[in-house]
Amino acid sequence: MELLLAILIGLLYAAGLYMMLRRSLVKLIIGLILLGNGANLLIFLLGRITKGLPPIIPEESSVFTSAYADPVPQALILTAIVISFGLQSFAIILVKRAYKVVKTDDLDQMNSTDR
Amino acid sequence: MLIAILSGFLFSFFMVFVGKYMKGKLAFLSALIPLGLFIYFLQFAGRISNGEIISQTYAWVPSLGIDFGLTLDGLSLIFCLMITGIGFLVFAYTAAYLKGHHYLDRFYGYLGIFMAAMLGVVLSDNVISLFTFWELTSISSFFLIGFNNNEEASRKSAVLALAITGMGGLLLFAGVVILGNVVGTYSISEMLSSKEFIANSPQYTLIVALIFGAAFTKSAQFPFHFWLPGAMKAPTPVSTYLHSATMVKAGVYLLMRFTPILGSTEFWNSTLIIVGSITMLYAAIHTLFRTDLKGILAYSTISALGILVFLIGLGTEAALLAACVFILVHALYKATLFLITGIIDHETGTRDVTVLSGLRKVLFPVAIAGFLAAISNAGIPPSFGFLGKDLIYEATLHFGNSAILLTVLAIITNILLLYAGFLAGIKPFTGKLPHTFSKVHLPSFLMWTPPLILAILGILIGVFPSIIQGSLIQPAVNALGETGSAVELKLWHGFNTILALSATTIGIGLLFYFFIKPSVKIEAAIKKLEYLSPKTMIEGFGIAFGHFSKIWTTFFQNGFLRHYVSTIILFLVLVMGYTLINNTNYVLNFSSLTQLTIYEVITVIIMIGGILYTVFSKSRLAAVAAMGVVGLTISLIFVYYSAPDLAMTQFAIDTLTVILFVLVLYRLPKYLKLSNYKSRIKDGILSITFGTLITILALEVLNEPQNSEISEFYAANAYLLAKGKNVVNVILVDFRGIDTFMEITVLTIAAIGVFGLLKLRLTTKDRAIVKDKNKI
Repeated sequence: MELLLAILIGLLYAAGLYMMLRRSLVKLIIGLILLGNGANLLIFLLGRITKGLPPIIPEESSVFTSAYADPVPQALILTAIVISFGLQSFAIILVKRAYKVVKTDDLDQMNSTDR
Repeated sequence: MLIAILSGFLFSFFMVFVGKYMKGKLAFLSALIPLGLFIYFLQFAGRISNGEIISQTYAWVPSLGIDFGLTLDGLSLIFCLMITGIGFLVFAYTAAYLKGHHYLDRFYGYLGIFMAAMLGVVLSDNVISLFTFWELTSISSFFLIGFNNNEEASRKSAVLALAITGMGGLLLFAGVVILGNVVGTYSISEMLSSKEFIANSPQYTLIVALIFGAAFTKSAQFPFHFWLPGAMKAPTPVSTYLHSATMVKAGVYLLMRFTPILGSTEFWNSTLIIVGSITMLYAAIHTLFRTDLKGILAYSTISALGILVFLIGLGTEAALLAACVFILVHALYKATLFLITGIIDHETGTRDVTVLSGLRKVLFPVAIAGFLAAISNAGIPPSFGFLGKDLIYEATLHFGNSAILLTVLAIITNILLLYAGFLAGIKPFTGKLPHTFSKVHLPSFLMWTPPLILAILGILIGVFPSIIQGSLIQPAVNALGETGSAVELKLWHGFNTILALSATTIGIGLLFYFFIKPSVKIEAAIKKLEYLSPKTMIEGFGIAFGHFSKIWTTFFQNGFLRHYVSTIILFLVLVMGYTLINNTNYVLNFSSLTQLTIYEVITVIIMIGGILYTVFSKSRLAAVAAMGVVGLTISLIFVYYSAPDLAMTQFAIDTLTVILFVLVLYRLPKYLKLSNYKSRIKDGILSITFGTLITILALEVLNEPQNSEISEFYAANAYLLAKGKNVVNVILVDFRGIDTFMEITVLTIAAIGVFGLLKLRLTTKDRAIVKDKNKI
């Protein structure tokens, strides 16, 4: 499964980057989301994956008695998912707004202030 | 002494507040500060002449071995007295020269900073603080040259001077840091004992070359001399003070200061002799082709600086003595000539030497000053200049094999300098007074006394050289490491070779003066050769560099986001790819991998389908939906692999994102394929390479051992310390609670931003602005 996951992550990165390189702003956001998903999965995979052993201490004891999945990457990813939602929602609304004002979502036509 | 240095800075600082009131009649009061400092330094003369060296140390950056050390020895004293003494006269002169000028306070502020910085240069014992003050003199010089900042030529000259001297400053910094590392100390007085050690170190040539670079740029040596004539765009008091008497001598000071540490080697001596003699001849010849008084004086200053470098290069005791004396000689007569030029310019409105004549009838005291300065410059007895020139010939005549060649070089230079001095000091005052100048009148005494004082000093010291012999010159020569014999300055040496040489110089010089007339024609002719000059070449280099950086910048900062992204990724791919290819063994231990189940395979297949559909779909709605599918399958993977919290969060957030997208979908732009086929292929290749590298990276990391110390800590203490059984939750809300709090803050800010963007209503005026911007 690790091999499959690693390929999936590579695919997510590739797809995300490809979408980010498009001229359309909407595609840029979709690319950003895909890339974020890829990064989350990468962290998850690097924390080693374990099946059926969530990091929850059993009801009757106060410490782990058996093996458990690594909680630190999970905590990191949880944070990342939530933060990326903040970014995505802001970006979506910003694109909407920008489109309303400048009537285009072609990045090449929006760079006049950059030069 | 620290207070002496700081007083200049404080003075400038207070100018910000009291400057307004100083602009009126009180401006001359500012001259009291340099006068006070002059008296302060003068009282050390007694102790210095007894061979004492006064030093003070303040801790500055003790951890780096950098102390704020101040040393006052004979050499420093000469410079200090020149800086404060001429400073006093220039401060007073300025009060009249720039009377009523809108920015007079600013001008005094810059002068104050300069004076303080220059004192800092000559008093610093620590090379790092010396460098700091050195840079400050360059910066204040920049502001003073560009003082008339409404003129393009002024600004250009200021930038040129800053570029050249600033570059020299960096060389100095590099030089002293290397030197400090070799010796193990940044203190000049401590370096004195390691002369042999430095000379034998492999870095010796580099250190000396860097310090030469600093000295040659600052003291306007060939081929870096050209900033100095440009610097004459500054008001005349600045030219007097910075660009003839003090700042340009900082390079000479640096060479003298390092003579006992780095000197007396083949490289040191021959480089200085060659550069010095080229500079003194080149600049002296140039004075023949100038008609602007300040231009003539600028080139003769460069020539004099060349003589000084040349003398330091000779390095014999006689030569160093001559250098010490000539610094004073030159400061006295050249400052006088500059101040006179300032008066002439101020009163007649021209500096063209071809039209000026007969001014003695209207500016009599100025004419006296000019005459005295010119004879000191020419080395006619009984002036101080005669003494200085004698010493120079004395030094060259006793310099072994090449004595004759060097003496001839010195004589030619002196003949041309005599010509230049007469042109500036005597020519404007002799002859018939043209009608246009008949209404010229003598300016305020604040302006004509300073040159007169300096000129009279130039004669007085010539007649009574014993005034400075023991008190200034002897300790200065001692500071240069020559402690042999006692210095004896005499006006009359009897009839000998040197006297004959002096007479020859004066005779030929006078012939030059009477038979060669400066003319605009010659100046125009020589201008045609300008494209061959170092100035043109270095400026050309600057322009070419500007073009290069423009091309470079527009190539990388081209305003296309995707180009930035692809450049960054491309670089990453190259670096990461290179490392991975070199260090990867591509072994995958299949037995250690987790077993696959049919559910997982189906999930992965769905996910791959989703990703591909997102990328290649032609419809926005379909792409967003497919993206949602990808998110949900990731959520499933979290479920399979023991991450229930993540699964829930991912599920919720993914759903929210899709909903948000769909809600605003009909307001979003059309989903068009904007890029062409070629760029899609190009981006595709880059993306796939990047993705592949990430895959390899991930698999490589799996081969590495894992450090689970932190996880174990959290797992063991989740219940014991935080009373929670879900470890992930405990980490988020307890162990890393503050982080989560910050995260909530970020989300809130994002929410406010979203709300603001949704509710924003542009007025018609705003729309007009946006429209204008779009047009641009």
